[in-house]
Amino acid sequence: MKIREVADIVQGVVLSADDMLDHEVEFAFASDLMSDVLTIPTEKLVLITGLSNIQTVRTAEMADVQCVVVVRNKKVTNEMVELANENHIVIIECSSSMFKTSGLLYQNGIKPIY
Amino acid sequence: MQLEYSIEGGDFSHAGFASSQVKRVLKQLNVDPKLIKRVVVCLYEAEVNVVAHAYSGIIHVLINTNEIVMKLADKGPGIPDISLAMQKGYSTASDKVREMGFGAGMGLPNIQHNADDFKISSNVGEGTNLEITIKL
Ligand SMILES: Nc1ncnc2c1ncn2[C@@H]1O[C@H](COP(=O)(O)OP(=O)(O)O)[C@@H](O)[C@H]1O
Ligand SMILES: [Mg+2]
Repeated sequence: MKIREVADIVQGVVLSADDMLDHEVEFAFASDLMSDVLTIPTEKLVLITGLSNIQTVRTAEMADVQCVVVVRNKKVTNEMVELANENHIVIIECSSSMFKTSGLLYQNGIKPIY
Repeated sequence: MQLEYSIEGGDFSHAGFASSQVKRVLKQLNVDPKLIKRVVVCLYEAEVNVVAHAYSGIIHVLINTNEIVMKLADKGPGIPDISLAMQKGYSTASDKVREMGFGAGMGLPNIQHNADDFKISSNVGEGTNLEITIKL
């Protein structure tokens, strides 16, 4: 599905890289542990995370993750938005829990990696 | 081509800067994205280790037609037991490092997994040296 559909499904707010909203994603991985994210070779991945700091965006950059959903109303800083724009990474902020966000995306056809 | 960067221990706001620059260069050189990912995942975990566990460090990245060699040399406490540090789940990371999304003892094993060749040596009280090679 397209990243814009991800934003709709989780009722989130797109904060960066709206040039990427038509980009396709297929899988999702939910974790607050960036080392965990860095072990995943899968492409077209959405990262669902409760960790909101500059290393979240750096990790997405290194792992070629084009879409990051930040859950539980965690504050996304301007610095994160800037870095995400530079790297064409869509950050979506949403108020649901990680469990609910994952469930909604799974229900709508986003696949798990394992 | 040779690139050089310095890293400051404890400076989490810049952790990943060197990896980001290297990624940019490799993209411009039209290197296969799958290889780029392996290179920058290794370099990023290694960079974070210097920030998390050492005082300062220097990165040298050598890009040849057949391989990329990344050398990291840091001044820091060193690693007393390297085979223990290489085990999945072993970590001495602080709470601050955990808050950054690291510190689960997965960095060194993931570097080993992604590298074609990986050398690590350390002197306690002096520092740690890594040499990570990825074949193109
Ligand atoms: N550059 C380094 N200087 C000193 N100790 C290090 C360094 N890199 C790794 N270590 C030690 O090895 C352990 C395991 O490293 P790693 O697998 O990257 O996990 P983590 O960084 O999450 O703790 C660290 O917790 C630390 O004790
Ligand atoms: Mg580490």
